[in-house]
Amino acid sequence: MPRNGLLIQHDWCTGCHACEVACKQEHNFSEGMVGIKVDEVVSTGPDKVYVDFMPYTTRFCDLCTDRTKLGEQPACVKHCQASCITYGTVSELAKLMEKQPLSSIFAPK
Amino acid sequence: MAKSKENKVISTLWSAGCGSHGGCGCEIFVQDGKVTRVEGDKNHPFNQGRLCAKGLAIPQYMYHPDRVIHPLKRVGERGEGKWQRITWNEAYDTIEKRFKDIRTKYGAESVIFCQGTGRDIGGPITFLMYAYGSPNWVQVGLAGHACYTPRLGAMFATQGHYSVLDASQMLEKRYDSPEWKPPKYIIIWAQNPAAGCHDGFFGHWIIDCMKRGSKLITIDPRSTWFTTRSEVHLQNRPGTDGAIALGMLNVIINEGIYDKQFVEKWCYGFDELKERVQEYTPEKVEKITWVPKELLIKAARLYAKNKPSAIQWGEPVDAMPAGSVVAQAINQLWAITGNIDNPGGNVIARNSHGVTTYPFSSAELTKLYGAELVKKLNEKRIGANDYPMIKNFRGWVQPDVLINQMETGKPYPVKGAWIQTSNIIGGQAADPRRHYNAMKKLDFIVCVDLFQNPTSMALADIFLPACTICEKESFRSWWQPLGVSVKAVDGVGEAKSDWEINLEMAKRLATNPIKYNTVRELIDDRLKDGNTNFEKLKAKGCWEYPPEGHNTRPYYRYEKGLLRADGKPGFETPTGKIELYSKKYEEWGLDPLPYYEEPKESPVASPDLAKKYPLILTTGRRSPVFFHSEHRMIPWLRELDPFPVVEINDKTAEKLGIGNGDWVYIENTRGRVKFKAKVTPTAHPEVVTAPHGWWLPETDGRSPNFFNTWDHNINNLTSMGNQAKSGFGGTNYRSSLCRVVKMEGGKE
Repeated sequence: MPRNGLLIQHDWCTGCHACEVACKQEHNFSEGMVGIKVDEVVSTGPDKVYVDFMPYTTRFCDLCTDRTKLGEQPACVKHCQASCITYGTVSELAKLMEKQPLSSIFAPK
Repeated sequence: MAKSKENKVISTLWSAGCGSHGGCGCEIFVQDGKVTRVEGDKNHPFNQGRLCAKGLAIPQYMYHPDRVIHPLKRVGERGEGKWQRITWNEAYDTIEKRFKDIRTKYGAESVIFCQGTGRDIGGPITFLMYAYGSPNWVQVGLAGHACYTPRLGAMFATQGHYSVLDASQMLEKRYDSPEWKPPKYIIIWAQNPAAGCHDGFFGHWIIDCMKRGSKLITIDPRSTWFTTRSEVHLQNRPGTDGAIALGMLNVIINEGIYDKQFVEKWCYGFDELKERVQEYTPEKVEKITWVPKELLIKAARLYAKNKPSAIQWGEPVDAMPAGSVVAQAINQLWAITGNIDNPGGNVIARNSHGVTTYPFSSAELTKLYGAELVKKLNEKRIGANDYPMIKNFRGWVQPDVLINQMETGKPYPVKGAWIQTSNIIGGQAADPRRHYNAMKKLDFIVCVDLFQNPTSMALADIFLPACTICEKESFRSWWQPLGVSVKAVDGVGEAKSDWEINLEMAKRLATNPIKYNTVRELIDDRLKDGNTNFEKLKAKGCWEYPPEGHNTRPYYRYEKGLLRADGKPGFETPTGKIELYSKKYEEWGLDPLPYYEEPKESPVASPDLAKKYPLILTTGRRSPVFFHSEHRMIPWLRELDPFPVVEINDKTAEKLGIGNGDWVYIENTRGRVKFKAKVTPTAHPEVVTAPHGWWLPETDGRSPNFFNTWDHNINNLTSMGNQAKSGFGGTNYRSSLCRVVKMEGGKE
């Protein structure tokens, strides 16, 4: 079976945390547990200060198997307000990634 | 699998639960009479399936163990936290008796009707207030009424109607609509759109536009995700936005890069404006604002030369020293560049189908309640006689005048308060202690809310439990589309909807009979303006856009005679044009042209004070996981933003011996509060920013602690009585002076 994953175009992530709460709601995770997290990344360049956000999956991400087998998108993918997460097979995502700068693929399972 | 038994209810989110202003379509999953999940609705054009953190946390909000789900009456002293559960009938009977007594003894105007931010609550609260006969609709403590109304008032005076950035939200096919174009440039003016749905605008529509080619110009004292992605970042001194607007007008007019045809045909008073802005040269503006003149000129040129372009503005504009004057100047930018009611510009926004949930304008107020009643009530509306703009625009009380009146009892005493989903002391009020002291002397106070909070604990005599949006029927008409909210489950415990509570109270208190038996009758009556009703909208998926040619649908309505009551082309102003020289402002005794006013407290205006308090404090920094003072008790959200955090520049912090994560005091002449320092180069070296509305629901709610509101509510450092000449704006929420001091043993 092909491996599935998430392609995250992190340049578009605004740090709104919708993915994290979508994940918690879907799995009813308690405090401290979540399948995806977003960190702020601040860097000081020569002329300005840059603010970016970096979403990444954790060991608790199950790619929302319950949802995807019903044909639904994973909860974080559906609710990402910047629409910057794509679900698919790793090989499909790798093809997409060739055209998408500032992105990462996560294959949590 | 259990999920197969779930029932899915389609609805519209607005107000309690998610809390915010947006009108997101949602899917509410229900199992055994309980909401199990709330998700976005892919078929709704507003959010297109997405949902924010607050919307996704609704189930945890609904079934939170601290939620108040029965009517309560206070049995100890105010603030003692002693409550007794009572029946709805006892609650209604008590309120009826007390409010009638006050009306008989002092007049209906002696009861104030208090709401927080403008959500669907504006509908039921005004309905009840006018039925009772009081003119006093108020956001208590909201200094200078600094939340959107100053901007709305400026737009009403200048162009007759309101405008918002056109992100295709007025059209059902959204980004696929053939008539829509993305703005070439978006000026984000004093807002973090990613943090929510400010003023009913889904913030991530900006991201959608960026993906379709829109470039950014951002005006913000901080470095942010948006400034990182902006072609120009104007990092200004807080409080000086008016000078930036005037400087941009200066550049655009003097370089002749405005839309000459549009100005000739549709604007009034251009020559006067041209003369006025001459003094605001880029050199002068640089001195005032810290913004290098080259950047100001670049921003002005990019905006004016790339049509369509649009401005997305935030609440700080309302809080500027000159208040609605700053909004007027920004409005003039889109006017002289012809970026009004054009695709990708600042499109005219009217409430869908002409339906009113609550009055956004004097015209809507009159439509709902009649000219005679409005005129009569204006005579006693607090602040209306002091400020002609307050009197002639909408129906609000001026909050700075109110606090004086509560303290002095002049010209008449305030004796009662109906406070509905508003946390005055822990949230919106400037100088909350002053409000606490004044309000605790009132004879009788009702709080309608979902959780105990600093205000209800300190003040309520009766607490009525309200519903979340998933437990009630409501309707939403705020720009587009027209929508309804469907009751997915019964009220948790004995909670009732705001509409239901207020209709019942209105029936008991009205001086004229209420014509509605049920909330549904009221909603359907209001929806008649749109030739529709609740069931029809529900069957359509809970939303509808107005038909082609309707006057609430874009574009270029000023050419088509769709804006004026008389059906002639032009704008709904005395001259029929956009009034760069404002006849309305003139009529209201205000300067008809924009000008710059320095904040009362700043390194420029009060240099001696600045020696003691060298940092500029700007409050109201938004968190994407909270709405104002709400949600601090929701574990999924609190985990993401656990502390009140002040952002301070790294080099400034180093000089002060403050490390990242240290607890610090923010102090000024009005008091001090405790915040955790976030040491970051994103902060300007001379500016610190703090979020508002912090209290700790996990701590003691009783007097004097009131959930630690005195320690963590930044508004303890703000004050009343700084209102602008119009009565709108001129507060110190966004610009005052402070110092930051490390607490002893400050590291946790």
